[in-house]
Amino acid sequence: MPTRTFIEAVREGLRDEMQRDEAVIVLGEDVGKKGGVFLATDGLYEEFGEDRVIDTPLTESQIIGTSIGAAVNGLRPVAEIQFADFIFPAFNQLLSEAARMRYRSNNTFGVPMTVRAPYGGGVHGALYHSQSVEAFFTHIPGLKVVIPSTPYDAKGLLRSSIRNDDPVLFFEHKKMYRSVRGDVPDGEFTVPIGRAQVTRQGTQVTVVAYGLMAHYALEAADRAADEDISVEVVDVRTLRPLDKETVLDSVRKTGKCLIVYEDNRFGGYGAEIAAIIAEEAFDYLDGPVTRIAGPDVPGVPYNHVLEDWFMVSPEKILDGIRTLAAY
Amino acid sequence: MAVTQRGEAAGRPAKGVRRVGASVGLSDEQLIEMYRMVALARAIDERMWVLNRAGRIPFVISGQGHEGAQVGITWALKKGHDWVAPFYRSIATAMTFGMTARDMMTAQYATANDPSSGGRQMPGHYGHAAHNLLSVSSPVATQILHAVGIALAAKIRKTGQVAMTFMGEGSSNQGDVHEGLNFAAIHKLPFVLVIENNGYAISVPSSKELALPDVAARASGYGIPGVVVDGADVLACYRASKEAVERARRGDGPSLIEAKVTRLTGHSSDDQQTKYRPAEELEAERSLDPLPKFREQLTAAGVLDEELIARIDAENKAVVDDATNFAESEPDPSPDNALEHVFAEGVEGTF
Ligand SMILES: Cc1ncc(C[n+]2csc(CCOP(=O)(O)OP(=O)(O)O)c2C)c(N)n1
Ligand SMILES: [Mg+2]
Repeated sequence: MPTRTFIEAVREGLRDEMQRDEAVIVLGEDVGKKGGVFLATDGLYEEFGEDRVIDTPLTESQIIGTSIGAAVNGLRPVAEIQFADFIFPAFNQLLSEAARMRYRSNNTFGVPMTVRAPYGGGVHGALYHSQSVEAFFTHIPGLKVVIPSTPYDAKGLLRSSIRNDDPVLFFEHKKMYRSVRGDVPDGEFTVPIGRAQVTRQGTQVTVVAYGLMAHYALEAADRAADEDISVEVVDVRTLRPLDKETVLDSVRKTGKCLIVYEDNRFGGYGAEIAAIIAEEAFDYLDGPVTRIAGPDVPGVPYNHVLEDWFMVSPEKILDGIRTLAAY
Repeated sequence: MAVTQRGEAAGRPAKGVRRVGASVGLSDEQLIEMYRMVALARAIDERMWVLNRAGRIPFVISGQGHEGAQVGITWALKKGHDWVAPFYRSIATAMTFGMTARDMMTAQYATANDPSSGGRQMPGHYGHAAHNLLSVSSPVATQILHAVGIALAAKIRKTGQVAMTFMGEGSSNQGDVHEGLNFAAIHKLPFVLVIENNGYAISVPSSKELALPDVAARASGYGIPGVVVDGADVLACYRASKEAVERARRGDGPSLIEAKVTRLTGHSSDDQQTKYRPAEELEAERSLDPLPKFREQLTAAGVLDEELIARIDAENKAVVDDATNFAESEPDPSPDNALEHVFAEGVEGTF
């Protein structure tokens, strides 16, 4: 099977969908000739032309707002927000418009739009090029939120997102773009939205993670195995709608759960998973549901010592696993 | 290009033309239908206030004073083909574009079958998919970007559609307006922005909202035409809109039309405008009411006479009575369905 980097898988997913369906357009800042600041859209402008690969002005609300209108009138826009950190000028369009269009119109209008944005730290991006923004959006009914961790899932989930009839936020960890490789078969395949995946079987501790943290969780699980701790890893893949059953099944089996996310700890996405486990798997628990997450400071600091302090690492996850296993 | 033309679009018939509509290409029959629409929108609106004061409906937001501009401007679009992204005062626009009196009244009562939202939104948030009338939210001005996106899709898909959006002058200060006009102008999109300038954003006078008297002056900053029209002059509004729509359809790009209107009621049923508007001003603005103005204009031109006016009034009253009775008897939506339509698949958690 051919192997691809994460970003190649994203690019191929876009290209395949644009070839398959001429309603698919791409728009955002620098997505045209330059091919995007990370080159996710490289080559699309040459292949599909300026009508379908649109360099927008530096106006995020417009990127999302016009995508909503274009989606209502027969297109399937894939909007790129250059960095997830800069999605907030468009927050109102996402929250008040995209998410609510179907509900408020009693199912007479829908918004088949995908919004791609690179997120995450560990790349010397500092406060404004490192954020994890998913929790702002997983809170909103009407938005789907997808965070793939492998090239296979990136391509398969991107296809599903573009084909979906509702707005999907598709967050790509920028540190994975070139550091993560994996098998991606040629030809048609999709990965359904709303399905988590057990990426490692184990019996003593469940680790729930997504994005870059899904990789770090596997690394930590490997090292835990050297210490005779058997860890199961669940890669959530779709944060909303959440595949609760896969998470709960694993916790019912192991009786212990560590939730890992890179975002600030307080009110982060992992808090919702913890609440669900407390409500629905309490009788199976042999220890407290715990979290390893980013510290509660307003952003990822720049200096490498400070950035390392901020970032969740395999070591920090391993510590959490050890503590929980010993409980 | 890029000039603000005050009054140039005013639809005065050329000398020697017998019929008042001839200069804008409208037949007497069409003029009568336009008048009927202005009067019907007013009749529905007045009924809404009666129902509100009688405790039948909790909230009213009104289009009184704006109807002439809305009918004149919306009339230039192709129904069932073009698109409108309305705002909360767009009663006459929505009806000109295809919504019926029953559709409007069920929105006031928020019934299960209200086509705008199935009772989910407040009254004033009109929308109808079958008429390409986009569902609207409450945060002002967001809809401009949707209309621009609709126009983008129309251009890419080569549908020949024009997208028009409407808002107040206060709302025109929102950032989305700048982002939308800029993008529409860059891509010469088939798009028209209509500002219904009634001089107030709730209680704040336009002198505290804008440093210039005319929103239309901003058009030049985007390199697009901006015109000011008398919003009580229905035919001038129609002419300005026809020009903008034709220009958009030709592929020459967007335009901005600013209609100077008057707000004959409080901002909404929750507002007491005598607190911030002097009595003399309210009295003087009565003379800007488009309904008697249009009636007098068409009567002087021999298009309307007393008998026809009385007949239209009676017919409109019957339509409003029917719509009120209909909406009164329609069922409320059920909480059993309130989880539905968050996503296309149905209820979250079941797929
Ligand atoms: C973003 C936002 N801020 C505030 C409001 C509350 N609000 C509703 S209408 C309005 C005034 C709008 O004035 P204008 O745009 O001139 O329209 P008009 O009501 O005069 O027709 C305000 C402040 C809102 N709906 N949305
Ligand atoms: Mg106003």
